[in-house]
Amino acid sequence: MAAGPAPLGGHPRAQRPHLSKMERVVVSMQDPDQGVKMRSQRLLVTVIPHAVTGNDVVEWLIQKYCIAEDEALHLGTLLVQHGYLYPLRDPRRLLLRPDETPYRFQTPYFWMSTLWPAAELDYAIYLAKKNIRKQGALVDHEKAHYDQLHRKINHTWDLVVMQAREQLRAAKQRRKGDRLVIACQEQTYWLVNRPPPGVPSVLEQGPERGSCTARQVQMTVDFYKREIECCRKALGRTRVKSSVCLEAYLKFSSQRGPHDPLLSGCLPSNPWVTDNDTYWAMNAPSVAVPTKLRVEQWAFSFRELLEDPVGRAHFMDFLQTEFSAENLSFWEACEELRHGGQAQVPALVDAVYQQFLAPGAARWVNIDSRTMERTLEGLGRPHRHVLDDAQLHIYMLMKKDSYPRFLKSDLYKDLLAEAVVPLEMKRRVFPFMWKPRHSSPSLALLPTSTSGEPEAAAEGSSQQADPHKAGGPWTELAEAWHSSLAPSPTFGTDTQSKRHSLVVTSRGHGGAGGCATPTRPHQPSSSVVSQRPQLCHPVGQKWFQPCHPSTNQFWFK
Amino acid sequence: MCDQTFLVNVFGSCDNCFKQRALRTVFKKSQQLSYCSICAEIMAADGLHENETLASLKSEAESLKGKLEEERAKLHDVELHQVAERVEALGQFVMKTRRTLKGHGNKVLCMDWCKDKRRIVSSSQDGKVIVWDSFTTNKEHAVTMPCTWVMACAYAPSGCAIACGGLDNKCSVYPLTFDKNENMAAKKKSVAMHTNYLSACSFTNSDMQILTASGDGTCALWDVESGQLLQSFHGHGADVLCLDLAPSETGNTFVSGGCDKKAMVWDMRSGQCVQAFETHESDINSVRYYPSGDAFASGSDDATCRLYDLRADREVAIYSKESIIFGASSVDFSLSGRLLFAGYNDYTINVWDVLKGSRVSILFGHENRVSTLRVSPDGTAFCSGSWDHTLRVWA
Repeated sequence: MAAGPAPLGGHPRAQRPHLSKMERVVVSMQDPDQGVKMRSQRLLVTVIPHAVTGNDVVEWLIQKYCIAEDEALHLGTLLVQHGYLYPLRDPRRLLLRPDETPYRFQTPYFWMSTLWPAAELDYAIYLAKKNIRKQGALVDHEKAHYDQLHRKINHTWDLVVMQAREQLRAAKQRRKGDRLVIACQEQTYWLVNRPPPGVPSVLEQGPERGSCTARQVQMTVDFYKREIECCRKALGRTRVKSSVCLEAYLKFSSQRGPHDPLLSGCLPSNPWVTDNDTYWAMNAPSVAVPTKLRVEQWAFSFRELLEDPVGRAHFMDFLQTEFSAENLSFWEACEELRHGGQAQVPALVDAVYQQFLAPGAARWVNIDSRTMERTLEGLGRPHRHVLDDAQLHIYMLMKKDSYPRFLKSDLYKDLLAEAVVPLEMKRRVFPFMWKPRHSSPSLALLPTSTSGEPEAAAEGSSQQADPHKAGGPWTELAEAWHSSLAPSPTFGTDTQSKRHSLVVTSRGHGGAGGCATPTRPHQPSSSVVSQRPQLCHPVGQKWFQPCHPSTNQFWFK
Repeated sequence: MCDQTFLVNVFGSCDNCFKQRALRTVFKKSQQLSYCSICAEIMAADGLHENETLASLKSEAESLKGKLEEERAKLHDVELHQVAERVEALGQFVMKTRRTLKGHGNKVLCMDWCKDKRRIVSSSQDGKVIVWDSFTTNKEHAVTMPCTWVMACAYAPSGCAIACGGLDNKCSVYPLTFDKNENMAAKKKSVAMHTNYLSACSFTNSDMQILTASGDGTCALWDVESGQLLQSFHGHGADVLCLDLAPSETGNTFVSGGCDKKAMVWDMRSGQCVQAFETHESDINSVRYYPSGDAFASGSDDATCRLYDLRADREVAIYSKESIIFGASSVDFSLSGRLLFAGYNDYTINVWDVLKGSRVSILFGHENRVSTLRVSPDGTAFCSGSWDHTLRVWA
């Protein structure tokens, strides 16, 4: 257990701001007028002045910070654990007891912020003193440390023993009360710096930070030039009035409040509270009948409509009726380009051009001439952002034009009407009636319907394999629920035990180190089955498959 | 006649401007060159310019920052808590630990949810990375990294892979496999290479790209398959400790926070810093976007959490209390953005009302500092990981 490192060379970092804050608290606690009530404490025959009781400490914290008792107790305990307060009786455990147990404030000499290294030599002297003063006073772990130190710094052991004896002799000159106090102080100090096993060390800090500044890599001319550039640009940006921005939060929060399970609960019940995962089954990424809240959420913003696979599919249907479905397909293709692998960029750009942008293309999208010109120019040197302008144009077109119409359309209104509002399910009172928690199939599993070997995947534009699909178990699960109104227990354990050999191949680009993604079997484009709804991936169904999900009876009952 | 000393001039072509002039010998970086007198003068002036530049640039940067603060203050006409007076106060919150995940042998440093809303990946100090189904509390996968202090881990959007990294300065991607015969570590892919520890990583919208933040002061965007560096982001003056991707329509920006007390918003395409905020008093441990994408919250060692608005370009709220002394290590919003959950180094989790700025609730339970906190993707619960070796799911 390493103690926190002292600040490096270069400028010293304020390593532990909480220490100075705790010290301020402790100092204000000792204030003669406003602080905690001090009293003299009687320990056997000795009278120790300036002691406080645990109760008083807690009371004072409650008063000063307007907090509840549990928080005050917790804060007080932290103060004790960091060695700012020590118990006079039983100083072996650093706890705050909210009763008449007496405590005293640690002397600043021993405060943690002094960052003394608490060296082995000092610890050895302390243990030696303890050993000499009262034989058998050392606790187990202290004995172990003592022996270890004895072996380690054997060469200076005489010094250790001599120092210990000297300090003990000097201490004998003091009054009994002072001796006791000093012993307690020292004991607390060492309890903090060498905690007994099982007690977490409050000194632990985690890996060193800010070490790179010591190397002074950053403070160069370039760094300042960049900062100045950033500032200049920032000065020139347009800002919005605070009132406008803050109103937006109010609106956003009030709109989303009912949709926030932690704020307003969720129907039928929060799975974590009742151990029933119906809520997840009903809100699965691809479900035949979405819940009412979900359908309402599509009206909040265009982005949220597109992010929901069910919403996106319905929007695609709507666009079909308006003969502008190629817009959404184009957008999806651009998303795939932007977030796809670097190696696929040239092929994808070419495919997109052929399908959507070339004159006379099968699914030509209507972009304004300037953007089209710029895009076509950029196609000469394809990179992942070459279609950004065109994508944004189409996105805005859909958002300003098609999306509002969608929300007013009959299609959407019907969806709202058909949407499900689940009944609330209370937590079952009797434990023996609780159903076991079903495990759900991991997305990393291949769909169970694959037929043996997947065929060779990557063949240019005919590559049907979408590495992001892992469809099977989820859709089957949703179907099962839909038919039987209970999560099918077979999916819990069976898929796990099936363990059919998971053929995880790379994307066939020759590299053995490819990120292993499951490849789908090559399926003819006219197959309806290939329209497996997308799950946890925002990029929608394959944009170049001309067959449309509306023919898939999965979507409509 | 008095003695006259004549200067012997060598005529020739200057090494710098190549004109036929009288030449002088100059030394540039211990290389001997012959410059004409004009070029020699210019070179001397440049040297001076170089030294002056650093100090003058620094002061220029400072003055610009001051001007920026003035500009930002001009449009600040109302405070958040004033606007929020109209909003109903939140009722009492009862949140309990619903699951406790035990299995790590050492401090839990980072965790992330899978999009299926129940699986999580968590990493710890001893190098173990575990994937759990937190609903059933079963462990599904476990990998041991070759380094300690795995401070960053992330779940891929498809649910088929995880990424993690730490003191090894790298980010590695492990595909998840259920095949008993396969060793997960065998298929490991090293994606990112930094010159200091990896503090945070996150997949972008797909499995193919990963964004990393490192103790070397930079963030970087990588292509997973080839390990190629797509873009790097320089601008932080010290270690970068956290990052978060913006939930925006164009999906092009992210925010990062560092030990230089700055939170910076970056454009992923150009690599430029778009906005910077410097109001914290200590290291920023965690940043998270508000669900609408118009703002973000940050948690810092100065025991405060702050909300920064991107359109107003300023800090709009501070969440702090005198009794909270220890730094906030991790923050996240609830789904509606009304609640801000923050895990602190004093072993507690505080729940803040984002609009009113008041603390709604304090949650006890962990026995050591809370190192990581994330709300589940559908907002039904949040999970906290702590140095007490456990993770807790609260709802």
